[in-house]
Amino acid sequence: MNAATRTGAQAIIDGLQQQGVEYVFGYPGGANMPIFDALLDSSLKLILVRHEQGATHMADGYARASGKPGVVFVTSGPGATNAITGIMTAQMESAPLVVICGQTVVGNLGLDAFQEADVSGVSYPVVKHSYLIRDANDTPRIMREAFFLAETGRPGPVLIDMPKDIALAPVTLDSGGEMHLPGYTIPTHGDSDQIATVAQCLHEAKRPLLLVGHGALISDAGKAVRHLAERMQIPVTTTLLGKGAFPETHDLSLGMLGMHGTVYANKAVMNCDLIMSIGSRWDDRIIGKADEFCDGAVKIHIDIDATEFNKLITVDYCIHGDARLVVEELNTMLQPGDTKAWLAEVAKFKRQFPLTFKKKGGLKAQSVLYELDQLVGGDAVFTTDVGQHQMWAAQFCRTTERNHWISSGGAGTMGFGFPAAIGAQLAFPGKTVIAVVGDGGFQRTMAELPTAAVNKLPVKVLIINNSYLGMVRQWQNIFFDNRLSGVKLEGNPDFVKLAEACGGKGLRIKRNADIKRVLQQALDYNDGPCVIDAEVEKEDNVFPMIPSGEPYSSMLLENPRTKMAQPRGST
Amino acid sequence: MSREDLHSISLLVNNKPGVLIRISLVFARRGYNIDSLVVSPAHNRQFSRMSITASGDPDTLVLILGQLNKLVDVIHATDHTGDVVVQRELALIKVDCTAERRTEVLQISEHFKCQSVDISDTTVLLEATGNSDKLDALELMLEKHGIVEIVRSGKLVMARGASAT
Repeated sequence: MNAATRTGAQAIIDGLQQQGVEYVFGYPGGANMPIFDALLDSSLKLILVRHEQGATHMADGYARASGKPGVVFVTSGPGATNAITGIMTAQMESAPLVVICGQTVVGNLGLDAFQEADVSGVSYPVVKHSYLIRDANDTPRIMREAFFLAETGRPGPVLIDMPKDIALAPVTLDSGGEMHLPGYTIPTHGDSDQIATVAQCLHEAKRPLLLVGHGALISDAGKAVRHLAERMQIPVTTTLLGKGAFPETHDLSLGMLGMHGTVYANKAVMNCDLIMSIGSRWDDRIIGKADEFCDGAVKIHIDIDATEFNKLITVDYCIHGDARLVVEELNTMLQPGDTKAWLAEVAKFKRQFPLTFKKKGGLKAQSVLYELDQLVGGDAVFTTDVGQHQMWAAQFCRTTERNHWISSGGAGTMGFGFPAAIGAQLAFPGKTVIAVVGDGGFQRTMAELPTAAVNKLPVKVLIINNSYLGMVRQWQNIFFDNRLSGVKLEGNPDFVKLAEACGGKGLRIKRNADIKRVLQQALDYNDGPCVIDAEVEKEDNVFPMIPSGEPYSSMLLENPRTKMAQPRGST
Repeated sequence: MSREDLHSISLLVNNKPGVLIRISLVFARRGYNIDSLVVSPAHNRQFSRMSITASGDPDTLVLILGQLNKLVDVIHATDHTGDVVVQRELALIKVDCTAERRTEVLQISEHFKCQSVDISDTTVLLEATGNSDKLDALELMLEKHGIVEIVRSGKLVMARGASAT
């Protein structure tokens, strides 16, 4: 090999640099040592994690905060399978990841070699695409394709399995990385005739509603959506992942809809005569009982992914295209609307059913999150896990800007929030980044505390600590006659001491009187991670609540007095 | 399961390892059973042709076709159920047949334009080509003589005229 010839591993690193990658989240092992070796000669910064799940969630948080793909290096076998949860999460949440796995040498593939797993095979159901490189010469092309696939169209994770001998082999025939993707097309503009038909529907509607999802954020459609809403005077509700696509402080905002959405958003859903989804997939958390959802209303669906059309509910009009381009074109066809009567009705819902909670008793999660929202005033990036804390944070921490809300929605992955916050902090170095987590979820990935500490990342971790797996307890409470099974988290560590032991700061909130002072103290601490252990009331439930698979009319506003039947939905 | 629930799907896909698994996963995940599957290299060897017969409800099929077309390795996937297509299948059928019954079996064979490709003291091996309904009918006729083994190729489909498959 002459000095100018590079190896497969070097081609990987070159590919990353060509893509402008800044950070790599990774963990070495036997099979990816050539890649880690090549990394030394590059300008890429390695964030050495403590567990591969953490690496994928960090890359996901980084990707969703920055809008650029997150890059992960893991080794073969268990290293790669540990990453699968994070890859599945990115797939469900449409986050662009490029995950590069070490693999045993080609001659050992399929022979149960040490740390060998069929990782590309394992990945098939949870990736946008995956590669097993069998010829070093393919590396430059595959690197380009991987990034292109990850970030275009509906984004998602792409996995590259790199056998060790291929990583060490010379790249002799450099094709210049020309892509070859004959089966891949990216929708852009929607069909103009259909957009015109939809414009007509919007003009005719008396009680229109916009349902804005993650797709609107990915395509940066926020400005166009706001223009549409303001010009036509249409109220806007967002999905959990759509938070930030429309400012939640805006008069036309109804906050989040669905299972734990605001009553006024859900009442608007029940009473609208037209609902237009912009980059939302009408998932089961949103629609409840599919055949009764918005019964009688005109349903319009704008999506870049045609497989989302008519999946759970049947709509009247589909527009296949990029949310921003479609809404911008739609905006050119619209005249100001008169929806005064409808807005008055919606305003009445807001007055009648404000988002509230009982302030009596001990420390409430809602109080802590409400005060946090007041303190940061929208100028913070929130990440969450899944469960009660997530729903309370979604309700009380208002999002006003794009990419300032990063949550595990469709995947519902415990342990996502904290590592995602580390990634988001790297993407937004000057910003306040707050992971709102539960005591259960935090223990999945708290091993990353030293990762945050050693990189001096001032991530705040607010633990809504009720010593329970709260959402499961809530369901057992409401639907299983309060027969609590496997939900009490006994023996939780002292999170304050844990934070200190890992080189961070630990603070505790026990009483209402502590909230503001302690939160302010945490916000002022910038030398490393700060864990705030909020010991909240143990047995509080999240409301409003539409039991899964049930119609909107069965929305609960407080604990039911009588025993409830099992809901029809799965979880 | 009714006949309407059988679908003929043709795909043009990248000709490389792993593609078939990705495709079969799409069917399996939605509870569709693949009844027959034929794969061969396309005219351009970079690609393969697949003809799949699968059974399940039509609404799900629409979702499955969408998911298939979304796969990066799938150039296109089309449902040909109800389309004007040329459809062919080949079957090898080994019939339990002693010398006394040979004439009767060969009569059936002639009627269905089969080739008898092997004969032994106790068996006759027939090769039949045609659309799948014809092969079903042949199978039914030979059943009473006793079918020892049957291997069917699975359905091949090609669009008529100038339209692409």
